[in-house]
Amino acid sequence: MTGQEKNKKSGGLLSNPAVQSILAALLCIVIGLLVGYIALLIINPGGATNAIITILKNYFTYPSKQAAMKYLGNTLVKAAPLLMCALSIQFCYQAGLFNIGAAGQYVAGAGAALFCALQLKLAWPVCLLAALIAGGVFGIIVGILKSYLNVNEVISGIMLNWIGLYTVNMLLSGVKETASPYTVQIASVNKSALLPSLGMEKLFTNNKYVTIAIPLAVIIAIVLKIVLSMTVFGYEIKATGIAKDAAKYSGMKEKKNIILTLFIGGALAGLGAAFLFLTGYEQWSVTQSSVPGMGFNGIAATFLGGLDPIGTIFASYFIQHITSGGSYLDKNIYPSQISDFISAIIIYLCGFVLFFKLYLNSYLSRRQERDKNKTVASTNKEEGGNK
Amino acid sequence: MVLLLQYTLLFASVLILVALGGCFSEHSGVINLGLEGIMVMGALGGALTLKYISPNTPALVIVLAVLFASIICGVVYSTLLAVACINLKADQTLVGTALNMLAAAAATVIVKSINIAENPDNVSSTVQYVQTKKALVVSIGSFQFNWFMLVALILLICAYVILYKTKFGLRLMACGEHPQAADSVGINVYKMRWAGVLISGMLAGIGGIVYITAGVSEWKFEVGVAGFGFLSLAVMIFGQWKPLNIGLAALLFGFFRALSNVYSGFDFLAALNIPGSVYNMMPYIISLVVLAFTSANSRAPKAEGIPYDKGSR
Repeated sequence: MTGQEKNKKSGGLLSNPAVQSILAALLCIVIGLLVGYIALLIINPGGATNAIITILKNYFTYPSKQAAMKYLGNTLVKAAPLLMCALSIQFCYQAGLFNIGAAGQYVAGAGAALFCALQLKLAWPVCLLAALIAGGVFGIIVGILKSYLNVNEVISGIMLNWIGLYTVNMLLSGVKETASPYTVQIASVNKSALLPSLGMEKLFTNNKYVTIAIPLAVIIAIVLKIVLSMTVFGYEIKATGIAKDAAKYSGMKEKKNIILTLFIGGALAGLGAAFLFLTGYEQWSVTQSSVPGMGFNGIAATFLGGLDPIGTIFASYFIQHITSGGSYLDKNIYPSQISDFISAIIIYLCGFVLFFKLYLNSYLSRRQERDKNKTVASTNKEEGGNK
Repeated sequence: MVLLLQYTLLFASVLILVALGGCFSEHSGVINLGLEGIMVMGALGGALTLKYISPNTPALVIVLAVLFASIICGVVYSTLLAVACINLKADQTLVGTALNMLAAAAATVIVKSINIAENPDNVSSTVQYVQTKKALVVSIGSFQFNWFMLVALILLICAYVILYKTKFGLRLMACGEHPQAADSVGINVYKMRWAGVLISGMLAGIGGIVYITAGVSEWKFEVGVAGFGFLSLAVMIFGQWKPLNIGLAALLFGFFRALSNVYSGFDFLAALNIPGSVYNMMPYIISLVVLAFTSANSRAPKAEGIPYDKGSR
């Protein structure tokens, strides 16, 4: 009897959707790492075990605590924009929109933030706002094309990624260093555009790139969680995502909602770019000919996070953790892109999550049925004995 | 002028091949957003063949070997999409995107590992094929005819015949329009969709090698194929999922893409002093505009993107 109760309880835990999402994410990570490990073994069997440990350890490879904290700071600096891109994709996905244009919205945000900071010499709040608007406008274009002209948002998003890249390259070529293709250091021309740190750099062994961007990104994730689960707007977005026609029939303005969703998505990605570039951690190269991977990695983080803003926080950190970890590999033996490879495998596996959940649920319900039959049979027997 | 024509035909060939790939896949009912990734894998197979094959091999053998390698890589890679989308009913957009990222990362890792194994100081992701690439082209005056142009033309005609004149093609299209109806008359929808995806893998694989051998004799795999898989989807939509219209649409898009390669050769264009970035943007802007005008009355296969479930009605 107690055994049966325990079974039911564990079945109850397993049938909890949040637990299932976490389980599925962990499974994706394990299989992804395993495939990555196999790839490392094929490239060079000798150091493969060390290499995968290096990727997982990331900044822990530094023996001193100070150095580890400093490089943890660096990972967080890059995790913040990744989280913003992931939130952008996650938010739009709730409305049934696959915002692959987040990469381009990120680029637009970077362009706007750097242009305001370097060319117009404005203070950081204005730069943030400019990035938000630039990303949002890119989102709105996709939204209008989608809702009024029925253009697939994935294709228009990709086109805008490239248009954005070349536009930003043109826009920023006026503020680049004379000897290199990189934009000038913000710290050297306009210190007021750097995001404030509010003393946080002390925690990370004076890592000056650690700024308010990191807590802000986390706060935005929590706000989005509240908006999605507790407001009418969030409900309408989810309703539009699940059944567009039903949402329209029940009086929701589905066209307006699509455009607004993509504006918010674009604004999030644009803001994410400002969160990185306004720290001075990275400079924009005006000759780059491929769209930055941040927006695409955001897809990995979104789906690994189980399409939940809070889950996305942890998933973004994890993706950035292994991406940064990849850079510690010995470049003369292993390519650092092995981390991208692992992330890509993880996204591919995330495609199976739905299937995994379906399978798990049908297994659980079958087991429950069987247990029920058993108890019914045993009680029948007892009754028979009594007679 | 000859150069413009040459590049237009080359890029149009790429777009025709890949768009036809998308066309077969979508007619069977699967949206193939992984075309870009399949192109990268096909390009990788072809480029490595070009790298390792001896330059003394007869030209015809080289062309065929490259084609074969690209097709194999493309088809094998597309099975990842087929398994996920047809059998496991995964989200087709997500899987397609994952395949694009996976191909870019995997190709970079593979090429870098090969380069590092040859020379530990060479950490680039570039494959060179200067000598063997010459086998792919025949000079007619100043026009460099590329065998792949012919391949694209032949496959375009084949695609038309297969889709509209054979039992297989008509059944394939039925699976994309109304899979339940197709199933009810004894067509195996899963098999047909597998066929559609594998054919798209084959065509996109060839498209990949044509793209990276257009004009250059080495390729840096970190940059992928610059959104050409998606441009091809735009071509497919503009061509209304019909092979012959796709051919014409590809010529238009190929022209604008070629312009960005050769604009500096035209005096009046160079005199306008427009930055190169504008020409680079052109194909993407054009496709966005074209999509805006053609998507509203799209003739997309009705059941595309919806996983087929025998049990549902």
